Amino acid sequence: MSLFQLLNGLTFAALLFVVASGFTLIFGLLRIVNLAHGALYLFGGYIGFTIATKLGSFTLGILGAMAAVAVMGFALNEGLLRFVRGFELRQVLLSLGVAFVLNDMSLVIWGGDSFTVPIPEELMGGFRVFGTFYPKYRLFVLLMGILIFIGLWVLINKTRLGALIRAGVDDAEMVEAAGINIQRVFLMTFLLGSALAGMGGVMGGAFLSLYPSADSEILVFSLAIVIIGGRGSLIGVGVGSLMVGLLNTMGQVMFPELAYFVIFGPMAAILAFRPMGLFGKAV
Amino acid sequence: MSGLSRSKSPMGALVVVAVLAVGVIAPYFLSRYQIGLATQILIFGMLAMSIDILVGFTGRTSLGHGAIFGTSTYVVLYCVTQAGMSPYLAVLLGIMSATVLAAIFALLAVRTNGVYFLLLTLALGMIVWGICLRWTQVTGGENGLRGDIRPKALADYKDFYWFILALAAMVTFGIRRFVNSPFGLTLRGIRDSDSRMRSLGYNVPLHLFIGFTMSGFFAGVAGAVYAFFNNFVSPSTVALTQSVESLLMAIIGGVGTLYGSFIGASALIALQNLVSSHTERWQSVLGITFTLIMIFAPEGIVGKFRALRAKYSAKH
Repeated sequence: MSLFQLLNGLTFAALLFVVASGFTLIFGLLRIVNLAHGALYLFGGYIGFTIATKLGSFTLGILGAMAAVAVMGFALNEGLLRFVRGFELRQVLLSLGVAFVLNDMSLVIWGGDSFTVPIPEELMGGFRVFGTFYPKYRLFVLLMGILIFIGLWVLINKTRLGALIRAGVDDAEMVEAAGINIQRVFLMTFLLGSALAGMGGVMGGAFLSLYPSADSEILVFSLAIVIIGGRGSLIGVGVGSLMVGLLNTMGQVMFPELAYFVIFGPMAAILAFRPMGLFGKAV
Repeated sequence: MSGLSRSKSPMGALVVVAVLAVGVIAPYFLSRYQIGLATQILIFGMLAMSIDILVGFTGRTSLGHGAIFGTSTYVVLYCVTQAGMSPYLAVLLGIMSATVLAAIFALLAVRTNGVYFLLLTLALGMIVWGICLRWTQVTGGENGLRGDIRPKALADYKDFYWFILALAAMVTFGIRRFVNSPFGLTLRGIRDSDSRMRSLGYNVPLHLFIGFTMSGFFAGVAGAVYAFFNNFVSPSTVALTQSVESLLMAIIGGVGTLYGSFIGASALIALQNLVSSHTERWQSVLGITFTLIMIFAPEGIVGKFRALRAKYSAKH
């Protein structure tokens, strides 16, 4: 594997981390497997694309997409999921129904063509990394992935909200009994997780492009990462993203047509030996 | 034992005979288009029923059955159009590959339950979809595989309908026998409490493995004859939509009812045809239907009806 491919794998892993961290946060704390997460990613990407092309600002695109997708997450959580609280399977299937509607709506609004989010001038071109010419933008994605990892780590380990989230992952009822409004913590987490999906959509939309089935593809990767890394563990998402990102890139180099199959291997191995994932806690 | 076993009332048998009789004479009254719809309902009813083995009788919700079903369809079309085999041999191979695929899914899935089971089957199904989409040399990619592969004996659409009707009756009978067998009862035990079954000394993963593989076998049967019906297969046949639609059929019909699968299939296919003649937004309608059912009637139409009737008779 050349350095170029290694960097490709790492940057892809960074994008996956941004998307999957939101997914696993929601899964870990709220016990909601939000299968609309992929659709939120796609919507975020499209919204970011529209803002970035209309206003000519990539930053505004990212911020706008995050805000818009957080609002969508709010509507999903407060408008629909509240009716099925406490029923795990019904929640999952409901979010799947929502994913179908969102995917179809994006087709109505933006059509079936594929779009690429325009990147700002400063990020165009490339660097020479150890003799390999590499696009700046992808290194920016890698950097963002690392920054978000650090940001989330600080949030979860060093802040009050983070302490509540951790406590909620372990035992939400006890937290509530301690006089904390756990529903607010749930909502914050849901908004944060959704915003991360929106952000991922814009970031990914600039180098993977956006098309109608992009949401399912990113969702499968997120699922694989959660299965590998375990529920509600930040380190787990990090390791899972690295594994899936690197393996997928390797697979594309070695047998391009079956690249998808490569993520199946680690998933199978981990399920065989650690069904709760590498860093997951037994429920 | 009697409480668990099938209802052997003469009424029940009478209803089955009546429904079958209506099914047999239906082609004399229906248009060609309607017979096509009926055939489609029977095929997808079988698929939904295979899912009901897991959802209704084992307590495991699978989102990978579209992939198992579609794999069978792919194999049949590939064997006939690309490898030039006889359609009968192709059907056997199709069912076999679906069963093997289900066994592979099962090997991994038996270690999980609840939401994880659903996620895993979803992910596995999506991997199959990804392969069908990308492996262009074999699967034809987006274009899929096409060919008039129905054997000559079944070329007439009415004959084909009767063949599918007979097959559906056999599959229904087979699945009924399976879930009511002593083995089927252990699956229900696992549904209600797998820890209790384990402490009773049952090999729970093995039972789940067999249950899943059997379910995959029946999905494969439906998929193989779907190849004859459609003469075409593309990635959308193995896509998540397929799994979701067939799961929804099982749920609408009422999980754990088996026959409900055909009611669910009729409802969904009728809705699909109704919607498609007005708008292209079937996927949205499907998503909204799914969402509403999850909120208001997760026990399905048949289940809802039973619940309402129970409520009514309790009052009077």
